[in-house]
Amino acid sequence: MDYFLNEEQQMIRDTARQIAQEKIIPVRAELDEKELFPTEIIKVLAQSDMFGLFIPEQYGGLGRGALELCLAVEELSRACLGVSTSYAANALGTYPILLFGTDEQKKKFLPDIASGKKLVAFGLTEANAGSDAAGIQTTATKSGTEYILNGTKQWITNGGEADIYTVIAMTDKSRGARGASALIVEKGTPGFTFGKKEKKMGIRASTTCELVFDDCHIPKDNILGRDGMGFIVAMKTLDQSRTGVGAQGVGVAQGAFEEAANFARTRVQFDKPIIGFQAVQHMLADMAIQIEAARALVYSVARYVDSGAKDITKSSAMAKTFATDVGMRVTTDALQVMGGSGYMRDYPVEKMMRDAKILQIYEGTNQIQRNVIAQNLIKEFSRNK
Amino acid sequence: MKIIVCIKQVPDTSEVRINPETNTLIRDGVPSIINPYDMHAVEAALSIKDELGAEVTVLTMGPPQAEAALRETVAMGADDAVLLTDRAFAGSDTWATAYTLAAAIKFLGADIVLCGKQAIDGDTAQVGPAIAEFMDIPHISYVSQIASVSGDNITVRRLMDEGYDVVEAPLPVLLTVVKELNQPRMASLKGKMRAKKIEIRKLTHKELALDENNLGLKGSPTQVKNIFAPEMKKDRIVIAGTPEEQAGELISILKAIKCI
Repeated sequence: MDYFLNEEQQMIRDTARQIAQEKIIPVRAELDEKELFPTEIIKVLAQSDMFGLFIPEQYGGLGRGALELCLAVEELSRACLGVSTSYAANALGTYPILLFGTDEQKKKFLPDIASGKKLVAFGLTEANAGSDAAGIQTTATKSGTEYILNGTKQWITNGGEADIYTVIAMTDKSRGARGASALIVEKGTPGFTFGKKEKKMGIRASTTCELVFDDCHIPKDNILGRDGMGFIVAMKTLDQSRTGVGAQGVGVAQGAFEEAANFARTRVQFDKPIIGFQAVQHMLADMAIQIEAARALVYSVARYVDSGAKDITKSSAMAKTFATDVGMRVTTDALQVMGGSGYMRDYPVEKMMRDAKILQIYEGTNQIQRNVIAQNLIKEFSRNK
Repeated sequence: MKIIVCIKQVPDTSEVRINPETNTLIRDGVPSIINPYDMHAVEAALSIKDELGAEVTVLTMGPPQAEAALRETVAMGADDAVLLTDRAFAGSDTWATAYTLAAAIKFLGADIVLCGKQAIDGDTAQVGPAIAEFMDIPHISYVSQIASVSGDNITVRRLMDEGYDVVEAPLPVLLTVVKELNQPRMASLKGKMRAKKIEIRKLTHKELALDENNLGLKGSPTQVKNIFAPEMKKDRIVIAGTPEEQAGELISILKAIKCI
């Protein structure tokens, strides 16, 4: 399918594809096996300007948008979701600054992010605040010209590796959701340490750990937006980033599909390649249909986001849900096509299937996404009456 | 500091086929690449630029389509690119090529000139050193490490059959480099975007005020009479056994044919 990408978009896709081919595929099994953060690959991504894709030119980026980011994320995901998660989580952590930062904050933080010199992480989830983000217990108490941060963030992607953290904490517990604020916290700030590194089922090249704040003093200038805007910052950030998770689903599905199709062409049973059997053909056809449908939705929503539309919540939730469900289904079917070989670690598909599962869970489970979509549908229908 | 890197566009030898009738390369439809050794020369220049700051110009002599090779190096980070293109240059051998490149480098000015150790199509390894001779500057070939660069001096390792030499030279200097020197970087997105737009400077023999008798086929003392694949010799013996047995057998064979 031709999605009428312009020359620069093709250049971005091809650059990401080349990095995936030359730098990621040769090491992905080892990164997974040893649970290693892909430091060398991050360096290559930085040198190739991939971290600056969606950052305005005035802050050292390339000034492109959601579609370009999706193209890059898709290509990286086709090779390894662990690496693409490290890359995409960087964008997730950057959006709060991009969307709500003052010019001064942007000047201070974005150039180093765009160049890949500094990595970013987003800190929202806590032990008692997952789908129900209103359960946040981390507090930021105002004291003179500072906020004093206390509490623990859990399962933070790029935790420990990142230099800049955008963290949601309660500045006024009595106001509930309206009492949350978003703060920029830099690595090395006294009182800011890292807890245990999680052992995960998949995306093991991506690092996940706790952020521990113990009387951590943050300058007041590091607040994003105003006091009490934390939830809006978080929700608008997730609206922006969700399409990228959809692109991860498309990428991992494409990668697994290609492995399965190539396997089916060469695996001989009953005297012919198994791709000659209709049972396999129909599975491959269904996989191809789902991937193309997911890609079409992800690109359309990304283009909608880039148009500057305000009501992107429902569309981005749809792209995320559909494409990540496709990611899970296609990786599962790809493994099935490959039978026992697919289950073995000699082939990359078992890893792709383990990796794909997270896409249905992080940045809002697909059940929460359906809630979001339904809430928007209810609003739209009541408005139309 | 000004650095000039000389590159050559060559056929991708992994795709090359030989015409069995004429024993020459079939160039039709064969993709062109930058000579792989030259990529290491470009990387060396960019590393010096990253570390000390320098203006990197990439230079090539070739037909107009060699522009693509130059743009690739701009995408990697070269500041400027110059194409020597002129019908008068056509058919140059290594002497005429080096003569022309040397004139262009003098015209442009450089503190360091970098070349790959040889091109994978011609494999002569002559052009780099010959440029230095025409320019009357020192050259160091087979450089495997650039230890230090200062304003008027350079220290490098020269790869030898066994080990390496440490060689120091005053600037300006010409180096030819081997692949052990570095790992060429990938082109960045900003670089690719710049490469798409940059205007490639073109020079002909007129700007360089060169005598046409020294250029191209006319100025080339070497004439290729014939290119052929060496005849395959079929008498081969494979000696089996333990290393000791093989050595003993080999000695008796060599004695039998009076080699030893």
